[in-house]
Amino acid sequence: MSRSLIQASGLSVHFPIGSGLFVKQLLKAVDSVSIEIEKGSFFGLVGESGSGKTTLGRALLKAVPISAGTAHYDDGEVAYDLQELDGAELKDYRTRAQLIFQDPYAALSPRMTVRDIIAEPLEVMGLTKGRAETDERVREIAARCRLNLEHLRRFPHAFSGGQRQRISIARALVSGPKFVVADESVAALDVSIQADVLNLLKQLQDELGLTFMFISHDLSVVAHTCDHVAVMYLGRLIETAPTRMLFEAPRHPYTKALFSAIPSLDPDDDRTAQKLAGEIPSPTDQPPGCKFQTRCPHAIDICKSQEPALETEDGHDVACHRWKELMELVAA
Amino acid sequence: MTPLIEVENLTLQFRTDEGLITAVEDVSFTLMKGEVMGLVGESGSGKSVTAKSLMHLNARNAVYSPGSRITLHADTGPVDVLSLRTPRELNVVRGGAISMIFQEPMASFAPAITIGKQMVEQLLLHSDMSKGAAKSVSIEMLDRVGISDAARRFDQYAFELSGGMRQRAMIAMALSTNPTLLIADEPTTALDVTIQAQVIDLMKDLVSEFGMGIIFITHDLGVVAQTADRVNVMYLGRLVEEGPVREVIRNPRHPYTQGLIAALPKLEDLDAPLTPVPGDIPSPLERPSGCVFNTRCSQVVGEECMALVPTNCRLDETHSVACHIYREAAE
Ligand SMILES: Nc1ncnc2c1ncn2[C@@H]1O[C@H](COP(=O)(O)OP(=O)(O)OP(=O)(O)O)[C@@H](O)[C@H]1O
Ligand SMILES: Nc1ncnc2c1ncn2[C@@H]1O[C@H](COP(=O)(O)OP(=O)(O)OP(=O)(O)O)[C@@H](O)[C@H]1O
Ligand code: SF4
Ligand code: SF4
Ligand SMILES: [Mg+2]
Ligand SMILES: [Mg+2]
Repeated sequence: MSRSLIQASGLSVHFPIGSGLFVKQLLKAVDSVSIEIEKGSFFGLVGESGSGKTTLGRALLKAVPISAGTAHYDDGEVAYDLQELDGAELKDYRTRAQLIFQDPYAALSPRMTVRDIIAEPLEVMGLTKGRAETDERVREIAARCRLNLEHLRRFPHAFSGGQRQRISIARALVSGPKFVVADESVAALDVSIQADVLNLLKQLQDELGLTFMFISHDLSVVAHTCDHVAVMYLGRLIETAPTRMLFEAPRHPYTKALFSAIPSLDPDDDRTAQKLAGEIPSPTDQPPGCKFQTRCPHAIDICKSQEPALETEDGHDVACHRWKELMELVAA
Repeated sequence: MTPLIEVENLTLQFRTDEGLITAVEDVSFTLMKGEVMGLVGESGSGKSVTAKSLMHLNARNAVYSPGSRITLHADTGPVDVLSLRTPRELNVVRGGAISMIFQEPMASFAPAITIGKQMVEQLLLHSDMSKGAAKSVSIEMLDRVGISDAARRFDQYAFELSGGMRQRAMIAMALSTNPTLLIADEPTTALDVTIQAQVIDLMKDLVSEFGMGIIFITHDLGVVAQTADRVNVMYLGRLVEEGPVREVIRNPRHPYTQGLIAALPKLEDLDAPLTPVPGDIPSPLERPSGCVFNTRCSQVVGEECMALVPTNCRLDETHSVACHIYREAAE
């Protein structure tokens, strides 16, 4: 049995975009990404907005077509090649891989009771034999998400943000998935309930043996919940490492800039964000060489012509020509 | 400093199938010109609804109590916002003197019209710019909020942009009309922190350039610490604490504010468990009597917490808190 639940290699998702009658351009939303997500891990995905995090998550859920590369899923019971998947197997994969919506307000239909909202995936996918079994499964997952019978009868508008997010979680988990993509799932919540929802996700991961891909812009949340983190920039994976290693010693200049920009709680803290000058490149018109060279303070000639490959050292991967040299500079 | 907007005894309820829901209760505050106010609080505490009231923009089922008063000090003189009725009158505040960056970026762009067309229409409505000028202002604004290739993005639809780009496009649209008051409802949640820093700098520039006032609604206390002059903390429709940003963050007084700050994940200690404020915010249909926080408070001082609504205690000229713990101190 393999240790990884998801293994992608050279995965790309390209969108054709029409700008004019005949000109069809390719927008490389995800470009040749290789990742491995271990079973039972809480895998964080961070990076520039527009860098392709949501698209990568959706590709792994097979919610958007994979343009090139391979992606494999293996949970010990079944193994799928996501590129090939269709028919009955695709239907089965939909029960095993789920998305938790970002916005607990928009995601829940106001006209349905909480019970019906949670039951819907079971009914749509025809996973239960009848109402009694559906009710049973709904009650079970609702209880795990700390929603009681009284809650199930009500409509979502009567709930607070944290409760609504728990309803979304219950809905995503009711089909018994193994792999869950949580895209900005706590972004809309204030910190006091955010902590509660994160604790719940961790607990469910433990109890139900889930593997999470956790997409977030909140780096302190990622640092506290994920065991492994990958950083994306302009469709590429530029750095990935165990969480602690990444936060203690980031290697990529973009990751360093990202960490320096985390707003401090101290209003007098002058440690200003490292400003990134230079053009933010467009995904339809990508720079040659390193994708970060237009904004990188350390770019040299080679960066402008040759794209750095992902290099691994001590289980920490980075794609930068100068990372070692720059780390030594910091150490000295 | 002169006041920009004054909110007095704002109480707002919604008519629903299940009865009247109180969303905001007896909230008063003043925002000065050129001031940045952070508005924080649990989700469902009434932050968005309060902000929308400033533009008289709540849903049709909203009922304002008779004592509620909102006064905008526009360049042309004071405007009694809640008495505005016709679209013409309302235009003065909506998108005119006041711009709002909405929490739901998808909802603020019509799906079938390009981003650029919507920005231009907005500008034509609220200024006497020509179409060409409106287009170049729009593209310049898109560029200033860090959208690469702005001229091309101008012709795209909202669904073609990533979450963060949509949010920036909305920020650009709100800023393009050069409002006197900007209400930003969770404007940076979908942005990575480098872009967030850039957007925050842009807003600060506009404050110093045009003396714009900003109400910044966010749950990110780091963002509040770096941007706001003052902070208002809401819980279940009530303003529970109000003060200068340093005071409130370093020395929070209300038990809810204390819980909020304790719940923050700290980067200095990755092993520390996350500690939420225990319990759930009560449903708005079941507002507790007495102090609204009494179902979750770990510092209840006695019967009065259950029976009496705590009044605002002034700790000093600028910092006040609504909690019975401080009543004696104030007397
Ligand atoms: N359906 C689509 N059609 C065309 N382009 C798209 C589509 N979906 C996404 N894109 C483009 O793909 C790129 C990556 O978008 P994606 O939503 O994956 O970014 P992201 O990393 O999730 O960003 P954010 O942090 O802002 O949510 C963006 O340039 C976006 O405009
Ligand atoms: N049109 C409406 N009808 C009925 N209730 C409403 C309506 N709009 C808002 N509410 C209720 O008013 C209360 C306050 O909502 P509001 O959106 O202001 O909260 P918030 O503090 O902005 O929360 P969040 O941080 O989650 O955005 C909530 O209980 C909400 O359900
Ligand atoms: S390869 Fe060059 S441009 Fe790219 S991140 Fe490294 S130093 Fe900067
Ligand atoms: S008034 Fe009482 S219940 Fe309310 S916050 Fe203060 S101590 Fe807690
Ligand atoms: Mg996204
Ligand atoms: Mg809100």
